[in-house]
Amino acid sequence: MLDPVLASRVQFALTVIVHIIFPVVSMGLAPFLIYFTWKDIRSEKAVYEQLRRFWTRIFAVSFATGTVTGLVLEFEFGTNFAAFSTTAGELFGGPLALEGMMAFMLEATFLGIFVFGRERVSDRFYFLSSIAVGLGTWLSAVWILIANSWMQTPRGFELVMEDGQPIVHLVDPLAAYLNPRFPWMFVHMQNAAVESVALLMAGIGAYYVFRHHVWGYSIDNIEFWEATLKIALVVLVITAPLQAIHGDLYARHIVETQPQKFAAMEAIWETDSYVPEYIVAFPTSIQDLLDPRAKEIFGLGIPGGASWLASGGDPQATIQGLNEFEGPQPPVAIVFWSFRIMVALGFWFILLAFWGVYRWWRGELYEDDLLHKALMLSAPLGLLAVELGWIVTEVGRQPWVIQGVMKTSDSVSPGLTGAEATATLVGFAIVYLGLLTLYTYVIVRIIRTGPPDGDELTTVESSSSSQSEVSTDD
Amino acid sequence: MTDAGTLASDTLFGLPLADIWFGLVFFILGMFLFLDGFDFGVGILFATRDDKHEREQLLAAITPFWDGNEVWLVVFGGTLFAAFPAVYANLFSRHYLLMFAILGALILRGLAPEMYEQREDEPWQRWWGRAFIIGSFAAPFFLGIFIANWLLGTTTLITLPGILVGLTVVALTVVDGVAFLRLKTRNELRDEFRADGYRALVLYFILVVLTLSAVYLTAPELRSALLSPLVVGLVVVNLVLTGIYAVATRSDRYYVAFIAGAGLVFTLISTVAGLMYPAIDRVRGLTVETAIVSPLPLNIMSIGAALLLPLIFLYFGVLYSVFSGPIEADESYQ
Repeated sequence: MLDPVLASRVQFALTVIVHIIFPVVSMGLAPFLIYFTWKDIRSEKAVYEQLRRFWTRIFAVSFATGTVTGLVLEFEFGTNFAAFSTTAGELFGGPLALEGMMAFMLEATFLGIFVFGRERVSDRFYFLSSIAVGLGTWLSAVWILIANSWMQTPRGFELVMEDGQPIVHLVDPLAAYLNPRFPWMFVHMQNAAVESVALLMAGIGAYYVFRHHVWGYSIDNIEFWEATLKIALVVLVITAPLQAIHGDLYARHIVETQPQKFAAMEAIWETDSYVPEYIVAFPTSIQDLLDPRAKEIFGLGIPGGASWLASGGDPQATIQGLNEFEGPQPPVAIVFWSFRIMVALGFWFILLAFWGVYRWWRGELYEDDLLHKALMLSAPLGLLAVELGWIVTEVGRQPWVIQGVMKTSDSVSPGLTGAEATATLVGFAIVYLGLLTLYTYVIVRIIRTGPPDGDELTTVESSSSSQSEVSTDD
Repeated sequence: MTDAGTLASDTLFGLPLADIWFGLVFFILGMFLFLDGFDFGVGILFATRDDKHEREQLLAAITPFWDGNEVWLVVFGGTLFAAFPAVYANLFSRHYLLMFAILGALILRGLAPEMYEQREDEPWQRWWGRAFIIGSFAAPFFLGIFIANWLLGTTTLITLPGILVGLTVVALTVVDGVAFLRLKTRNELRDEFRADGYRALVLYFILVVLTLSAVYLTAPELRSALLSPLVVGLVVVNLVLTGIYAVATRSDRYYVAFIAGAGLVFTLISTVAGLMYPAIDRVRGLTVETAIVSPLPLNIMSIGAALLLPLIFLYFGVLYSVFSGPIEADESYQ
């Protein structure tokens, strides 16, 4: 039996790591779907209807999976982290309730119309439904990130002891909800979601373009896949550089507000100036693999790089080391490596975007098989970068669940036994891995089936959908 | 902040916000039990249909709605957390394994129809059909146990009143599922569901009587509340609604039966809330007054809810009117 604190933390980490994939796909797809719907209504080209219908299916499956996995997270605060919920309920419950009422309701109801109602509502109303769905997904992120960013940079509250338990009282709602971290998180997260979906699209488009143009297979709807690839590249070339720019500013904000997290990201133990930025770093002995202390590592570093990054341009700047903070430290290796890989992926995406656009500009977009292979391999890497980013954010602030206010070890439900926590951990590990497998399987199936054919689209206009004919005529 | 100053000093306009939120939390639970309830009922009725085409129709009847319906559970959790954080924390952590059973059932129920429609082959659809039926039965059953445990302040996982309430809720979801499917289907299928509706209604009625008796016998502290005018009145309303449902089902007044089905859910929830009040967590001795969040967040949430709830009803009105009437046999993704 695991300790209830450890089991609860692992369970939360597992459920959130799986869950986050689905909202990221929804949030990232939302602007694409609005655009496809607009073009479908405004232009006569069948490819836009194909794009809308194809990506709507993926959106719908992602949303349904996101709903059931997200429900678990909401209840886990009560089941596993009751002490946290009691302490922070005043500040944390509100955003969750408002997420449900403001965002989730909007998204879920209009998704019904958006997925099933094309024939039943006017073009204008249908387009508005696509906006409502998109707005819902993004507003959902607003409230979740308000709640999360408050835990990173808590403001606008006072801590009072009531019956021997610390209770957070809301004092200044604007300071609490629009806390310093929120805008950074929101911009970085939303851009990451769109970038991740662009990468997925580019990879899938490249797969079919590669098979058709390079390998010479005959692919139905090749115009659809070419359009997918091009749209994805346009979005990628905008989002990828932006991600690096505000990522850099975001890192500087962390230096100011969570210096301990920044020190863990760079694995800096002693306060120093002219600190190098290690591209890679390893401990000298294998036992220290999970603890790459700066003094013991060998690595490849840019002299003054970390100081330069942290201060925004001064290579001589001083950085606080982890040893300045008392008590337990975050697991440095996890934070250090997650951050490095995320940043490396970010630069790879920029390279990929400009490489693709360059070949396109040269009129060689359908020829370069190396580019196609790179895009295919990179399709899931945007999601990986998002996961790593969240690991840096969440693991990096340990041992705090609310920075400087409440420790994670004090947040778990007091009555929870190790047996209960372990049992549900095992149960959820099986269920969530199963869910992930099923989701992947279904998405791959949708991709292999491809978009509805041009001649099927015309039958849709006469109010009978092609897919259901298949399903009802058996 | 001046705003925070006035909002923090007292509750808005001197309204009894604690009681309003107590009512609101149960109202939202009722919305979930009614809306997702008929989805569960459809899932259970799925077991009575072997014909592939009929099964497709049952699924098509709920697919545009179920996401929206299930969001009421998210909002229930959120509002309980926001208004009564101590209750949220204590209740859910106390019913740890039960909450996970509910969530597991909901995962199965939510995923199964989505998966069912992904492939056309028989084994795949048979297994996901089963998952759909099991999830649709288990979710309201466990929810009923949860509601009973909450009301009675039970700390053990499963008790006799708990099981009875669980089965009552299951029967009620079938009653509502029939009412919904009678709105959404046609011809013979629509006629065949009538008999299922009667059976579920009789079962529901017997279970309500058994539950009330069991509560009367096992929870002496609730006896006086059980005989209070409010609860007796609600039981009478329940009886009347049962009659209306039966008559409306017989005479093919589909909307009347549907609304009577909704009425049954809300009288059930009102009975639970009425029996519980003013306590909100017996085990911890929390009352509505002691468990309510402090005035500032309460006022903010109240303003938010006052603005958002009408909008939510508007969305649902639009959604249900867009997809009103019997489903087309070939309705699917566009």
